[in-house]
Order: sequence, then structure tokens, then C-alpha cells
Amino acid sequence: MCITSPLAYDFPIIRANAGARKVDGRPAWTVYNAAVTLPIGPAILAQRLTKHYGAPAVVEDLSFAVERGEIVGFLGPNGAGKTTTLGMLLGLLKPTRGRVEILGLPMPEARRRILARVNFTSPYVSLPGNLTVGENLAVFARLYGVTRPGERIDALLQRFGLAHLRNRAAGRLSSGEGTRLGLVKALLNDPEVLFLDEPTASLDPDGAERVRQALKEIRDERGMTLFYTSHNMQEVERLSDRILFLHRGRLLADGAPGDVLRRFERDTLEHMFLDVAREEAPAAWGA
Amino acid sequence: MGRVGTIGAPRRAGTRDVPGVSAGRILALLQRQLYLYRRSLIRSLEIVYWPVMDLLVWGFLSVYVRQLRGGAGAAVAFLLGGMILWDIFFRVQQAISVSFLEDVWSRNLVNVFVTPISTVEFLSATMLLGVMKIAIIGTLLAVLALALYAFNIFHYSVALLPLVLNLIVAAWSMGIITTALILRYGHGAEALAWAIPFLFQPLSAVFYPVAVLPRAIQRIAWMLPTTHAFEGMRTVLAGGPLPWGHVGWAAATNVALLAIAVAVFARVMATARELGLLLRTEG
Repeated sequence: MCITSPLAYDFPIIRANAGARKVDGRPAWTVYNAAVTLPIGPAILAQRLTKHYGAPAVVEDLSFAVERGEIVGFLGPNGAGKTTTLGMLLGLLKPTRGRVEILGLPMPEARRRILARVNFTSPYVSLPGNLTVGENLAVFARLYGVTRPGERIDALLQRFGLAHLRNRAAGRLSSGEGTRLGLVKALLNDPEVLFLDEPTASLDPDGAERVRQALKEIRDERGMTLFYTSHNMQEVERLSDRILFLHRGRLLADGAPGDVLRRFERDTLEHMFLDVAREEAPAAWGA
Repeated sequence: MGRVGTIGAPRRAGTRDVPGVSAGRILALLQRQLYLYRRSLIRSLEIVYWPVMDLLVWGFLSVYVRQLRGGAGAAVAFLLGGMILWDIFFRVQQAISVSFLEDVWSRNLVNVFVTPISTVEFLSATMLLGVMKIAIIGTLLAVLALALYAFNIFHYSVALLPLVLNLIVAAWSMGIITTALILRYGHGAEALAWAIPFLFQPLSAVFYPVAVLPRAIQRIAWMLPTTHAFEGMRTVLAGGPLPWGHVGWAAATNVALLAIAVAVFARVMATARELGLLLRTEG
């Protein structure tokens, strides 16, 4: 059952963003399990987010809102500030200035309540290699307070084609299997917002396509918000409802991939990315 | 801007609420450590390897001293008792700092810190692991000491218990401080996990009375809970009553040390969030 809540329109930030993306004519924050979840506030809200460890700032005056159920690609060259921003959104890093709200709750004040409802994975972090796949997942299921963890783990392992590796040490998995294990870990608590750092970085084209398909299906089934970084521009064009393009810590572009390409007069995101990364962007872009 | 908030507590199917301190999450981290020991023979042997080596070296040294000087039985008991209690202190401290290091080494720290775990829960799991380790180590060493050197520490176990508890709390504090330093200064500070306890060993008068130390150093030594614990141990092993004075001083200094340790860890965690240290430890 899908419902919308008029309450949401009481908040200016919702009003400003409502309709940015529509599903069957309804705003994107419409949720799918109305019995347990009410659509209050955007999934992610960053307001004038700034971080510096000295000068210059790594992230400067970054503001955006991500609606519930959106898939947002967070792009930018190396050093643009993506990891720093992810760190601030996850409460691992304290902003120098600005404000973060996740699911309507302030970070870091409500850090633990937020973290119970979101999750994260990255190929640059890993699970202890000397524990088996099943043991690692049992530990994290407990950390997230997952009820009936065995069933949940079985279902996710099945979905990501890892069921036969349940008793294998995580350190003996291939990089692709390790990436999929990270995704299973990240889905254990049925997160409302899933932060992904280059989710298909170490996967072959087939594996990457399967992961993209699974993520889309899960978003459609659960109304989950996906916020992910990637350097694979084709993937971003295919997977994202919307992109946020970061350059030197500032937001260069925000919109649906097609809209951004039209605005920046490029055929592909890859061309746009290369122009920005190589400092060949027209001055009008403000890059 | 209007306040964005929640109505009720939006929950997802299949998860529980987040209570203040969760035994489940503490058990989860403890369970993770137990999995490691179950899976690795080397790791399991490491629990007992060094204590046994220590016992052998010091035990035979004690026997030698006894042969050289007739009637030095009390000194032998002091050495063996000191060695066993020191190992209890050292292993508990290690359980905390090495558990943290294992998360750093396996690049798992971010995974742990993006769960709804609190600092108290994180530290509690490692503290419990330390207690479980020393339950095994203490029993094993005591049995070996009895079998090999006819030193029956079980005879003193009730009297020694308050002193051992103080040593455990002191080790927790040292472990927390060591972990904080590793978090703050990164991989380069890993050696502190092993080095810091031995920094306090000479001051704590583990194998000799405090009176042996120079007078100026004695003043510093008496400020440590460990010194009171080992001095109290010698009183007990010499056949005296439990020295409640030493127990009291050890407890009081432990309260202060634990408060300092928690404050240091909290400060370092705040610094880690300022400087992004939790992200950097992932290499």
C-alpha cells in the first residue's frame, strides 16, 4: 500500500524538494510499508556543510537534500571531498560548520538512532578475514539487533549468490565475492538509507550488472534510499535518478543525469567528468 | 526552517529499538572474538604461550635462588605470585588494545563504528574478553606452579581476590589509554600495546618490595594501584592478613585511573571525529 502524508508539506525543506522525482505521480518520499514507517523529512539533508583541516576547505558550503527512495550518484574526481562528505553523513567525521540530518534526525546528536536505520559498505573496508562469511554476518546481525538473523542472512546470501560460501573464511573470498559480502552486511538491518562507496569497483561487468539489478530491486521493494559514489560514469547514468557532482569540495551540478548533461552541453557524464578532472571545464561551469 | 522530525519511531521490520546499553551488542563483539579463538589454533595457543614461558623462566630462576640461599621460601613465593599476578594484569590490558588493533588490521573499524554501537559497549566487550582470558590463564598458571614448584596459590585465593580484582581494573584503564593512543597516533603507535604495561612494571614493584626503590620513586610508585596490589600480595603470601589498607588505596587510585582513562578515550574519540582518524585507519 502506498500512502502520502500531508504532514510532510509542513516542512519547508520537503516543500522545496517535493516533486524532484515522482513515482506514479506521487512524491518520491512515498513509502511502501505505511504500518511501520512515516515519511517525515528527506532521507539525507546537508546544509552548508563545511570541513577543513586547515586551508583550503576539503568540503565548502555543501547543501543538498536526498528524497526517500531516490538513487543518488555522488560524483567527483579524486580529492573532490566525496569520502569526507560520506564520513560526515555517517557521523565518522565532525563538520567544521553546517548541519546534517538523516531521516529527519540530527547527526551527530542522534548518531546511534540514525546508524540503526542506515548502513554502509565500501570495497576499501573489509570484514575480518579469519571469520567465515556466516560468522561475520552473525556478528553484524547482532550489532544491528536483527531479529531472526539466520533467516535474514540466508535470504541475503541467496540473493547475492553467496549461499555456498557461508562457511568459507572471508579472507579467502575473491574481491568480487568480498564486495558482495559487504553488500549483504550492509543490507542486514534492512536500512532505510544505504551509503555505498564505489559498490561495483572490484566486480566484473556481469557481477556489476547483477549488483546494480539487485540494488534497484531492493529499492523498489523496500523504498530504500541509495547514496553512492562511483567512478564508473556509465553505471551512474544507468542507475541514478539524480547525480550530485562535487568538485574541490563544492557542488558543481545537481539533477537528473540527462538534465545535467543538457545543462553542461556534454554527451556523456564521462566527458563531463574528464573535463572537470583535467581542469578543462569551461569557466561558465564554475569548476 | 521548520524542524524536521519524526512522528513515532519509524522502524523497519526485523530490527529492535536501540536501547542505551545493549547486552546484545556487547555479546556480538565478544562473540566475534570467540569466533577468532575457535578458528585459530595459533591464536588460542598465544593465550597461554607467553604466560607459560614466563612461568618457566621465573620459576626455574626462583628454584635456583632457593638453592643458593637456604630459607628463601618466601622470596620464591613472592616471585611466583608476582609473576602470575603480573601476567593477569598484562593479558587483560592486551585484550583491550589488541582487540582494537585487530579491527584496524582487518580494516573493519569503519564497519564497527557505523553500527549503532556506543563507546561503552565497544570497550565493555574487550574488557569482558580480558576477564575471560585471565580466568583461563590464572587457573593454568596456578596449576602449573603447584605441579612444578609446589607453590599453592589456591591456598591464598580468597585473600588475593580483592587484589586481583584491583589489578583487573588497573589493566582495563591501561588498555583503554593504550587504545586511545593507538587511535590518535595510528599504526606507528601499535607497539604501545605491548610496551606500556612494561613501563609500569618497575614502578609497580612486581618482584620486590617497594622499599627497594629509591625514595623519590617510591612516592610515584605509591600512586599506582598496581603497586598496592603487589605489595598486598606479598603481605598475604607471607602469611599475614589481607591488608585492607592496600586494597583501599588500590581501589581509590583505580577509580581515579579509570576516570582518567575514560576521559582520555572520550577526548581522543572526539579528536578522531574532528580529524577523520577513523577513516584513515582503514589505510
